[in-house]
Amino acid sequence: MTAYLKLDHIDKSFARGGQVSEVLKDIRLTIDKGEFVSIIGHSGCGKSTLLNLIAGLTRVSAGAVLLEDKEVDSPGPERAVVFQNHSLLPWLTVYENINLAVSKVFGSTRTRAERHDWIMRNLDLVQMAHARDKRPAEISGGMKQRVGIARALAMEPKILLLDEPFGALDALTRAHLQDAVMDIHSRLGSTTIMITHDVDEAVLLSDRIVMMTNGPAATIGEVLPVPLARPRRRIELSSDRTFLRCREAVLKFLYERHRFVEAAE
Amino acid sequence: MSIQTIEDSKVKAFPTPAKPAEVIAFTAKMRRRFDPAAIAGKLASTLVPPAVVIAVMLVIWQIACSSPNASLPPPSQVWNEAYDLIAHPFFDYGPQDIGLAWRVLISLQRVAIGFGLAAIVGVALGALVGQSIWAMRGLDPVFQILRTVPPLAWLPLSLAAFRDSSPSAIFVIFITSIWPVIINTAVGVRNIPEDYRNVSRILRLNQLEFFVKIMVPAAAPYIFTGLRIGIGLSWLAIVAAEMLTGGVGIGFFIWDAWNSSRLPDIIVALAYIGVTGFCLDRLVAAVGAFVTRGTTAK
Repeated sequence: MTAYLKLDHIDKSFARGGQVSEVLKDIRLTIDKGEFVSIIGHSGCGKSTLLNLIAGLTRVSAGAVLLEDKEVDSPGPERAVVFQNHSLLPWLTVYENINLAVSKVFGSTRTRAERHDWIMRNLDLVQMAHARDKRPAEISGGMKQRVGIARALAMEPKILLLDEPFGALDALTRAHLQDAVMDIHSRLGSTTIMITHDVDEAVLLSDRIVMMTNGPAATIGEVLPVPLARPRRRIELSSDRTFLRCREAVLKFLYERHRFVEAAE
Repeated sequence: MSIQTIEDSKVKAFPTPAKPAEVIAFTAKMRRRFDPAAIAGKLASTLVPPAVVIAVMLVIWQIACSSPNASLPPPSQVWNEAYDLIAHPFFDYGPQDIGLAWRVLISLQRVAIGFGLAAIVGVALGALVGQSIWAMRGLDPVFQILRTVPPLAWLPLSLAAFRDSSPSAIFVIFITSIWPVIINTAVGVRNIPEDYRNVSRILRLNQLEFFVKIMVPAAAPYIFTGLRIGIGLSWLAIVAAEMLTGGVGIGFFIWDAWNSSRLPDIIVALAYIGVTGFCLDRLVAAVGAFVTRGTTAK
C-alpha cells in the first residue's frame, strides 16, 4: 500500500545573493489518509517552510512531495491552508470570503443553491453562521480563525494544512478552537497537518507528532505516536498517564536534546 | 476605526438584559436635550473661525485697495460691477455670454473625460508596474521623467497632434493627472500582503480574477489617494489650458476678462474655480471613503 502523502527525501535551500542557506535537509515522512499529524520545533527550524512546500507555495530544492502518488508542484485547493493570521480579505463579509473559495472550486460543478447550502454548512461547522454578514474587522480573533478554517474546509481539501492556527490567540479561545478542530476532524476524518510550538496542543490533537531538529539544515529528529483514544477530553487527559508520558517525551526532545540556541539564529 | 467602536458598544450592549425600556427612554431623553445644542455648537465651531478670517481679509483688502490709484479693485467694487456674475450663475444670453456656472460645467465636462481616461489607463498601467518587476524596471524611469513635465508644455504638441483645441485640452488633463494615479496604484499593488497572494494562489485565481477580486480592492486606498491628487492637478491644468485654447470654459473667461480689463470678473471667476476645485477634491475623497470602507481596518 502506498502512502496518502509522501515527503520523499526533501531538501530546501534558499539562495540570497551569493550565499546559499540550507533550511531543510532530507525530510522523509509518510502520512496516511485521515491522520492528524503535528509538526513541532523551535522557531526558525523551518517548520513553516515545510508546510509551504506541502502547500506548493514554495518549490522543493530536491526530492518530492507526493499526494496520492502525484507530485505537488503548485498550490491548489486540494491542499487548503489555514494561515496563522487568518488572512481573510477585509473588504468581504464572512460569507463572501468563503463564497470566493466555493465559487472558484465548485463554480462549474454545483448550482448556486448547492453552493449556498455548502457555505452555510461549513459556517455551521465552525459555529459562525450567525456572523455571515460581518466583515473580518468586526469579529474577534478567534472568530476570524474559525472562518479561516471554514474557508479551508469549504474547498473540500484532500489535506488540511494548519500553520500555527492558534498562535495569535489567547489561551481560552485557543482551547475552544482546539476542541472545534478535534470535533471537525472526528466528523470529517480530514487528513490534517498542523504546525505548532505548543506541546500540549500537539499531544492533545495529534495521532503522531513530528519533532524537528534545529536549523540550519533541520530535519525530522523523531516521530512520536500518541496512542490516546478518541474522543479526547482535555480535563480527563490532564492526569492521563499516556498523555503525560507523550508530553514529557516532546518536552525532553525540545529542551534537553535539541535546546534552542539563540545565537544559532 | 469608528465602525469598530460602534460595533464594540453594540456587542457589549447585547449580553446585558437589564430593562430595555429604561435604556431607550434614557437615550431618547439624552438626544432631545443635547442634540440641537450639540449640532449648533459643532456648526458654530466649524463655521465661525473661517467666517471671521474671511471677514478680516475682506476688510484689509478693502482698506488696501480703496485709494483712487490702486491697481486692483476693492471688494465693494467687485460686488457692484460683477453683481450679475455673482447673483446669476446660470444666465444664458447667447453663445459667448453665459453664467459662470455654465462655464464651470463645460470645463468640468472636459475634466471628466480627461480624468476618467487617466483613471482607467492609470490604474491599468499602475497594476502592471506594481505586479511585474520587469515592467517596473522598464517603465518607472520613463514615468519619473515624464511626470515632471509641466502640463502646458504638452499643449503645443497635442495641438499639433489633434489639430483641434478641445481634444488637446482633454489630452493635457489626461497627461497631467495620470502620473499620480499610476505611481500610487503601483505602490498599492506592491504592498498587497503576501497572505492575500497566497490565498489567490491556493484558489488558483487567474490573472483577471486576481485583478478584480484581490488587487483592486486591496490597493483601493492607494488608488484613491492617486485619484485625489490627479483630480486636483487636472483642475489646475484645465484653467491654464483653456486660457490658451479658447472656447467657453472658465479658463478662457478669465483670459477674455483680462483682455477687456474686467478685473472684478476675474476675481469672481477665481472664487468659482477655488470652490469647484475644493468640491472635486471632497467628492473623490468621499467616493474613496465609501468604496474603501472596511479595507483599511485589519
